[in-house]
Amino acid sequence: MIARAGAAVTALALLPLALSSYQLDLLTKMLIFAIFAMSLNLPLGYAGLPSLGHAAYFGVGAYAVGLMALRVWDNFWVDMALGLAAATVTAALFGLLALRAEGSYLLMITLALAQVLWGIAFGWRWLTGGDDGLPGVPRPAAGLPWSLAGGLRFYYLVLVCFVGSVLVLGLVARSPFGRALVGIRESARRMEVLGYNTWLYKYVAFVLAGLFAGLAGNLFVYYNGFVSPAYLSIVFSASALIMVILGGAGTLLGPALGSAVIVYLENTVSAYTQRWLLVLGVVYVAVTLFAPEGIVGFARRRRKSGAA
Amino acid sequence: MSALEISRLTHAFGGLRALDDVSLEAQPGERLVILGPNGAGKTTLFNAITGLLRPASGRIRLHGEDVMGLAPHARAQRGLGRTFQITTLFPGLTVLDSVLLAVQGRDRARFALLRPQAAFPHLHERALALLAEWDLGDRRDMPTRLLSYGEQRQVELILALAARPRVLLLDEPTAGLSPAETAAVAATIRRFPRDLTLLFIEHDMDVALDLADRVVVLHQGRVLAAGSPEEIRRDPRVAETYLGAGHA
Repeated sequence: MIARAGAAVTALALLPLALSSYQLDLLTKMLIFAIFAMSLNLPLGYAGLPSLGHAAYFGVGAYAVGLMALRVWDNFWVDMALGLAAATVTAALFGLLALRAEGSYLLMITLALAQVLWGIAFGWRWLTGGDDGLPGVPRPAAGLPWSLAGGLRFYYLVLVCFVGSVLVLGLVARSPFGRALVGIRESARRMEVLGYNTWLYKYVAFVLAGLFAGLAGNLFVYYNGFVSPAYLSIVFSASALIMVILGGAGTLLGPALGSAVIVYLENTVSAYTQRWLLVLGVVYVAVTLFAPEGIVGFARRRRKSGAA
Repeated sequence: MSALEISRLTHAFGGLRALDDVSLEAQPGERLVILGPNGAGKTTLFNAITGLLRPASGRIRLHGEDVMGLAPHARAQRGLGRTFQITTLFPGLTVLDSVLLAVQGRDRARFALLRPQAAFPHLHERALALLAEWDLGDRRDMPTRLLSYGEQRQVELILALAARPRVLLLDEPTAGLSPAETAAVAATIRRFPRDLTLLFIEHDMDVALDLADRVVVLHQGRVLAAGSPEEIRRDPRVAETYLGAGHA
């Protein structure tokens, strides 16, 4: 287990040597969205709480970093910390409102809350630049001993964040807290009478998810050098949802795999057609029809039936 | 002091009085059977005691403490456990993982966020001891949904016990079981610790009167009769409402 994880990290660390700068760019994007998808996996895959508004925390983190870097103080540590705090506080507020509902109602409330933020980002031109967004956000350099502006160095920053997220989220999933989330997904009522404050567990999972979504948003604004209302849009929320389901909800690395597939597909398909969203929809329908447990779940089942 | 004291509990669903001025008491270690035909308000009573339902009026005291204002999980933390009539185990979890969740529910470890569950060996030790004690050790790695119905009922009882209750409510533990499985579940209940206060709903008159120290008969949301199994067996009103007129 540890040996395999070490090999995987080494491979990711050495991979840039064999990649063109374009491919490295794509790999960086895959890792950023892997963090985003893994963050959604905590409430969705483990606790069974669907959300169509997860882009809210991604976008708030991105706008906070963008605004800080452009208008206030371009310092990596300060901006990053504020970006994470902004995303976490947003999730803490939205969680209070959204977690009163369950199932498809939860889906609608999270969507509505994210759309409110999208509307603000779109309409409040003075602060957010409106539809044009905030261009020219510099790559992290200020406040650091070395500039992380270059593609390779920035990739390593993203890799460190990715590995850290896998470690923390993996630990959370295996902790008593994470096991309790699975129990809540399987039977919330039973967990109540076993002594679990199920609301509190769901809330903590929701806020933690917001924190890691914020991390992904922070990295993405540095990656693109740009933030726009699209970061808060339902397209980003739905993409994260599909990444989790495609890779395997409730598995640690499934969502990262889902991110790699979706980012690669988007990139390839966009070269030929404008209809990327149509392709995304087809992928979603195909997964729910043929492999509802996702790639990782499907592979596990094949291996089990092969062994038997 | 009574382990459980319920006074003047009343609750209505629309026009239907599911609980109508119900009062009852259970002493520590007592095994109390709630008997009654379908729709008598038995499960509603259990939902009110555990806090899954807020009754319109009445008082519930657990070991002397008023628990009316407490959420279900807070009542569970004070030693109140229950099983469900419809088996809703954790379908996707193995037997061991399910029991671990139940053991962990009353342990401080349940709040641990950044340490694996495996780093709390006392949880595993207790879960494995429970499975060995109740003869489910060889089923530990099986998902609960693949167990036979009778085994699921046994797991249901063990999950409730694992949370270390002082007062345990059992909602029809033998519903839908074959005579052999019913006997197995009854034997399990008979082996429960003697200091555990038990309230259980039971349709099977023989099982009920065999396990009970005392019987409370509910009918249309009201307490119709209460007494020892012998008294209840002889009570003509009980025979009439519960077994149907002419049966006695």
